[in-house]
Amino acid sequence: MRQYGSFFRIRFLAGLQYRAAAWAGVSTQFAWGGLTLLLYAAFHRSGSANFPMTFSQLSSYIWLQQALLALFMSWYFDNEILESVSTGGVAYELCRPCDLYAMWFVKNLAVRLSRTSLRCAPILLVASFLPAPFRLSAPAGWEAALLFPISLALGLLVIVSFSMLIYISSFYTISTLGIRLLSSSVVEFFSGAVIPLPFFPEQLQAVINVLPFASIQSTPFLIYTGHLAGRQALQSVAVQLLWLAGLLVLGRALMGRALKKVVVQGG
Amino acid sequence: MKLYWKYAAILLKSQMQYKASFFMTAAGQFLVSFSALLGVSFLFDRFHTVDGFTFSEVLICFSIVLAAFSLSECFARGFDAFPRLIQSGKLDQILTRPRGVVFQVLTSNMDFTRLGRLAQSILVLCYAVPHSGIDWTAEKILCACLMLIGGAAVFSSLFVLYAGFSFFTIEGLEFMNIFTDGMREFGAYPLSVYGGGVLKFFTFVIPVALFQYYPLLYLTGKSQERGFLFLPLLAFVFFLPCYAFFRFGLHHYQSTGS
Amino acid sequence: MIELRHIRKEFRVAKRGSGFGQAVKALFHKEYETIHALQDVSFTIGDGEMVGYIGPNGAGKSSTIKIMSGILTPDGGTCRINGRVPWKERTAHVREIGVVFGQRSQLWWDVPAADSFDLIRDIYRIEDDAYRRTLARLTELLDLGELLKTPVRQLSLGQRMRCEIAASLLHSPKILFLDEPTIGLDAVSKIAVRDFIRAINRENGTTVILTTHDMQDIEALTERVLLIGRGRILLDGSLSDLKARHSTRRTIRVAYEGDRLPPFEQMKILKDRDGHAEITIDTAVLPVQEAISLLAAKTELRDLSVSEETVEELVVSLYQEFAI
Repeated sequence: MRQYGSFFRIRFLAGLQYRAAAWAGVSTQFAWGGLTLLLYAAFHRSGSANFPMTFSQLSSYIWLQQALLALFMSWYFDNEILESVSTGGVAYELCRPCDLYAMWFVKNLAVRLSRTSLRCAPILLVASFLPAPFRLSAPAGWEAALLFPISLALGLLVIVSFSMLIYISSFYTISTLGIRLLSSSVVEFFSGAVIPLPFFPEQLQAVINVLPFASIQSTPFLIYTGHLAGRQALQSVAVQLLWLAGLLVLGRALMGRALKKVVVQGG
Repeated sequence: MKLYWKYAAILLKSQMQYKASFFMTAAGQFLVSFSALLGVSFLFDRFHTVDGFTFSEVLICFSIVLAAFSLSECFARGFDAFPRLIQSGKLDQILTRPRGVVFQVLTSNMDFTRLGRLAQSILVLCYAVPHSGIDWTAEKILCACLMLIGGAAVFSSLFVLYAGFSFFTIEGLEFMNIFTDGMREFGAYPLSVYGGGVLKFFTFVIPVALFQYYPLLYLTGKSQERGFLFLPLLAFVFFLPCYAFFRFGLHHYQSTGS
Repeated sequence: MIELRHIRKEFRVAKRGSGFGQAVKALFHKEYETIHALQDVSFTIGDGEMVGYIGPNGAGKSSTIKIMSGILTPDGGTCRINGRVPWKERTAHVREIGVVFGQRSQLWWDVPAADSFDLIRDIYRIEDDAYRRTLARLTELLDLGELLKTPVRQLSLGQRMRCEIAASLLHSPKILFLDEPTIGLDAVSKIAVRDFIRAINRENGTTVILTTHDMQDIEALTERVLLIGRGRILLDGSLSDLKARHSTRRTIRVAYEGDRLPPFEQMKILKDRDGHAEITIDTAVLPVQEAISLLAAKTELRDLSVSEETVEELVVSLYQEFAI
């Protein structure tokens, strides 16, 4: 376990090196969130009856999304890992006394956490002092406050275990660029990063809610804002758990098969 | 100019060496921007209009901005990828050649896979043009063309500005995304939807509204002001300060060599 | 004519600590240190000279080359090359120089070198006639022939370096800067590249400035050597002068009959096995003739050779002498 701890530490510290990037990121995401809210305000003016949630719920959703952008980024893939597979260097990693799946998992987790830890605080802080409908409100209730961190952690684990599948696919294809582009735009769209899932057409929502994508960022954010509450909230967390288990089992199984192939063919 | 096409030919030839990867990436670029389009259409499905603009009017705006962005991304890619040019030492090589630096940077990289995105925007435009209810007179066609050209000029200028900043900080460049990628996304809607302050900023500081909002008003008949037709040409002026900043950055580079 | 007078250049570099506390601290405050890359560099190089510019890593070699090729502006001092200040009249200046940065390629990786050459012709606006003549000559001298039609990425390192050098000479520059031109090459390619550089210098009168860590390059090519260390020119002279002044050490190899050699005063026996021995002497203390007669008095010599210090050894002892 210790080795994974030090992997985590190295990656985490490496992420902290980039202070200029962190400040730039904070200001970009702040501007991005602001423009997004102004856009929704315009839609709100043209038909507030069609708004699927209150405007202040939406504000909280958008600010959480901007502050935690690095936690759920769908386009991030570790180049080192991809290269180690394409150059065959992965064979050396197999010689180390660690579990490759766990190692990659921890690496990804650390990068996401370190980038987020630098950026989230200033955004959350400033966003909670904005004027009324645009501000980040407190969690919808003690239930939401309790469930949100659990759901957030599950969401992070789901996105990492999903991206593990992409890494594993690189054992089977020469270039993963196409798969990466495609998967990241699909994940981004259906996880509610482009527009929040409640804004999707109703029939489509029913389908998406059972797909793994809703389990990434949509569930925790909607729990925080109180859009998902009571039984519904618990159900969504259960769906997150199911998907996490499913993706982990699938990822492990595929990794096992891929590694067997590597060992047999010698890279 | 002849030399420019020669460069373009050699770069295309290089990229075509990896055909499979080239077409995969181009197809990927084509699909990626679909999510933005779907987002727009879902919102209109629910709300029908925004700030007095209909879906197909917004689609015209969306596709012209996307086309302008993809064009400048394809041809001004050298500036977009400028940090790498510095890090790899290619810039030093450029400085030992007897040609303008801007010209050489432009020709150092052109990414033809970005034409995938251009293809998508053209498709959207083909859908929006007959559905928009606009009476397409010669003047309005000219207006749409000027919007596209002006847009490409503004985005290219932004890339030059971006390159200028990369002389000073590589890590901090992310904030420029709000103007480049940000304007690709937010520019999908007429800029007035974001309120007066934002519109003023994007009129007088970064002149995105000059090729987007005002000519669109004229195009959709919301304003009869003829002058709006030529505003995109004014956007070209934006290149000057961007270029001046780039020169300033280059000067800094030559004295620090960092 | 290249003239550098009191050139100075400083850089500021950010310090980076390790550990969590340092990383957090660096978020808010960065510390810088100033590095004096060049402190006071002056030299003059005449037309048609071939000069080796040597010094350990980080001594300021590449900063000097960058200043001379117009990429970098110095903080102080003057630099005139063929009457021009490189960084002020960049375009006019670079038309007359050729630069080969050893480890970077100026050729397009995925297309044949001939295509890159074509483009370079247009960049430098070389006349068709002159271009054809130069290319024919370069092709012959460097034996390029078929190489020009192969995509560059498929060439071997030696083949690629030959194409690189040709690319930087297409516009017949008056001055050629070579930064580690033979790095990583095999013996055959090294010799080919050296022969070529010599030929270009002799026939076209091209001024050649060469930085290298390969002392055989220096020995084979340059008459004059500039040694730079800690941002200053430490030595400027001909290779033979340097040797005469700084190298009084000789190595004597002998083959002899009989038992092992007895110890001698003022002679150091490095090796002694099966009738073969290697001895070093300092000629300032013990001239070669005396050493030989001492040896001959004690044993029956069958064979004997005397060799000078190699250039590598010379440079190492120079570095030690100047403590760089």
